Amino acid sequence: MDELGDRTMDMTDSASTNQPLLEVKDLRVVLPLLEGNLVAADGVSFAIRPGRTLGLVGESGCGKTITAQSILKIAPRKARTDGRILLHYADRPATDIIGLGADDPELLKIRGGECAMIFQEPMTSFSPVHTIGNQLMETILLHRTRHRREAHDLAVAMLAKVGIPAPAETLKKYPHHLSGGMRQRAMIAMALASQPRLLIADEPTTALDVTVQAQVLRLMKDLQHDLGMAILYISHDLGVIARMADEVAVMYMGSIVEQAAVRDLLRTPMHPYTRGLMASVPRIGKKSGEPLQSIKGNVPVPINKPRACGFFPRCPVAIEGVCDRVVPPLTPVAAGHSAACFRYSEVVAAAGLDQGGANVH
Amino acid sequence: MLSYIVRRLGYMVVVLILISIVCFYIINLPPGSFIETFATQLEASGAPASQAQLDYLTVRYGLDQPLIVQYWNWIIPLVTHGDFGFSFEWQQPVWSLIADRLWLTIIVSLVSMVFVYAVSIPVAVYSATHQYSAGDYAVSFLGVIGLAVPNFLLALVLLVASARLFGITPTGLFSPEYMNAPWSWGRFVDLLIHLPVPVVVVGLAGTAATIRILRSQLLDEFQKQYVVTARAKGVPEGRLLFKYPFRVALNPIISTAGHLLPEIVSGSTIVAIVLGLPTIGPLLLRAIIAQDTYVAASSLMLLGVLTVVGVVLSDILLAVLDPRVRMGRSN
Repeated sequence: MDELGDRTMDMTDSASTNQPLLEVKDLRVVLPLLEGNLVAADGVSFAIRPGRTLGLVGESGCGKTITAQSILKIAPRKARTDGRILLHYADRPATDIIGLGADDPELLKIRGGECAMIFQEPMTSFSPVHTIGNQLMETILLHRTRHRREAHDLAVAMLAKVGIPAPAETLKKYPHHLSGGMRQRAMIAMALASQPRLLIADEPTTALDVTVQAQVLRLMKDLQHDLGMAILYISHDLGVIARMADEVAVMYMGSIVEQAAVRDLLRTPMHPYTRGLMASVPRIGKKSGEPLQSIKGNVPVPINKPRACGFFPRCPVAIEGVCDRVVPPLTPVAAGHSAACFRYSEVVAAAGLDQGGANVH
Repeated sequence: MLSYIVRRLGYMVVVLILISIVCFYIINLPPGSFIETFATQLEASGAPASQAQLDYLTVRYGLDQPLIVQYWNWIIPLVTHGDFGFSFEWQQPVWSLIADRLWLTIIVSLVSMVFVYAVSIPVAVYSATHQYSAGDYAVSFLGVIGLAVPNFLLALVLLVASARLFGITPTGLFSPEYMNAPWSWGRFVDLLIHLPVPVVVVGLAGTAATIRILRSQLLDEFQKQYVVTARAKGVPEGRLLFKYPFRVALNPIISTAGHLLPEIVSGSTIVAIVLGLPTIGPLLLRAIIAQDTYVAASSLMLLGVLTVVGVVLSDILLAVLDPRVRMGRSN
C-alpha cells in the first residue's frame, strides 16, 4: 500500500498552492443531428482544485455528462467540441485536452491515468466476457507497472481497499457473479487503481439502492481522504451533492446557471432554477398530503437554441423583453457566488444592458 | 464443463438416430421402388426384363420386406461394421461410391468456410469502424448483391467469363489426367488450382451474410458502456476494438458456424451440378431420382452427421469463450 501513499503527499503539497488541477474554459459541445444542431454544452467554465470536490448538478439532458465526457475526450464521435480544457501539472506546462489527437499517447496517459471515470451503470460498465481481474489489471498495467505479478498484487490491494471481501478470489470472477454494489466498488477500484489526480464520477450511485448508495458515497469520501484525488461529482440529486461536494455548479440546458460553495448555494440559492430544484426535493417533516413542488414544463431540447435565457419559458420570475432576448452571463453576485439571472443588477451590468430595462430586485 | 460436453454428445446420438429414421422414411415415401425405375430403363433400352427377373431382384434387394425391416437391415451393419449397404444402380458398395466424394465435399466445405471468415471478418471490421464512409457503403452494396444473386447464376457467369478471358472452363475439381488418379503431390496442386471458383461461388452468400451480421453486431457493441469504460481507462483504440467489442460480437458468428456447414453442403448441390464438382450433392440427387435407397439414405446420414457435429462443436466453442453461456448451461 506504500505505492498508494506516495501521491497523497504530493496532493497535499499542491493543494496548498491553490492552483487549479483542471480548468474548463468556455466549453462548447455541439451534436449535429438530423433535426439540427444540438448544443449540449454552451460556454461551460469551471475549475477543480486538487483534493476538492466539485458537484455538477442538473436535470437529465442538461449537459452534465457530455461535459464530463469531454474531459476525457470520450464524447460521441460526431460531437464538435470547442473551448479549452486545461490539465495542470506541478512540474510542466498545462495540457489542453481538447487539442490532443485521438491517438495521442498523452491523451491515453490522461485517460485512466491522470483522470479516471466511474459510470452510472455498474451492470454494463464491465465487459461481460472478461474477468474482473483482467479488466482491473488492464488499468494497472497501462498506468502503473509492466509486471503482471506486481499488477496482480496491486489489484488485490485495491479491491481490499474498496471493501470487497476475498479480493484474490474476486479477481477471477466475472462481472455477473457480483451484486450491483460490489460491482460499483470494483469499478471504483478500477478507476482509482492508477492513482488518478482527478476522479470523474458520473451519477455513480443512481442505479444502486439507497443503503448501498450510502456505503458507496462513504467509500468515495474515505478514499478521497486517503488518496487525495479531486472529484468531479455529477448528479441530479441535490442531497447527494450536499453530502459529497465542496463546491457546486448548477447546469441548465448546457450552461452553468449558478456556482457557489455548497453551503452558500444550499442556504441562499440565487437562480430561480436552483430554487425550483431545491423546492422539489422531498423532505421528511413536510406535511403529508402537501403536494411536492415541481418546476413547470420540461427541459426544452436545445436544438437551434434561441439567444435567450434557457430557463425563460419555465421561469416564474422571468422578465418579458429581457430574458427572452439576451443570454444572461454567469456573474459574481455575492462573495464566491455566481449566478446567471437578470434579476441581479451585476448580471444586467455584465450583459451591458441598461439597468432600468430590467426590473432589478 | 465436462458434464456439459458429455450431455451434448448424448443429445447428439439421439438426434442422429432420429435423423436416420426420418431420412429413411422420407426416401421411401415416393411410390414405386428402384425395381420399377430399373424396369423402365431396360424397357427404354429395348431389352425389357421379365416379371420373374424383376421379382427375383425385388427379393434379392429385400425390397419386398416391410420398411422397418429394410431400415433395420441398413442401420445395423452401418452402426456395427460401418457398412453403408450396396448401391442398386451402381452395383457396388455405397462406401466406395461415397468415400472419395465425401472427402472432396468436406474439403470444399471447409475451404469455403475458411474463405467466408477470412473475407467477411476483416471486411466487417472495416465496415463497422468506418460506418457511413464510401467504403462502408460499397461493402453494403456488394453484400446485398452477394446475398441476392443465386450462386448457380454466379457459377455460370464465372464459367463464361473464364472461358472468354482465359480460354479455360474451370469445371470439376480435377483436370482429366488426375480425375481418377491416386493421391499425389501433382493431384493436390491440381485440386488447389481448381478450388478457387467453386469456393468463391459456394462461399459468397455466407460471406455476405456474415459481413452483415458481424457489422451490425460490432456497431451495437460500440455503443455499449463497457467500451466507453475501456476507452476511459486509456486502452488504445486498436487493442480496445479487438479485446472488447470484437470479442463479444463474435458470439453469434460462432453460434451460427455450425449452421453454415450444412448450408454450404446443401446449398452447393446446384453449384456442384453446374460446375461438375465430384461432391456428394449430385450423387445424392441422382440416387433420390433413381430411388437408390441405400445411397440416398447413407449420403443424407453423412450430411446429417456433419451438421450435428458442426452444431455441437460450435456450442462447445461458445461455452468455452463466453462465461455467461457456461453459467446458463450449468444450471
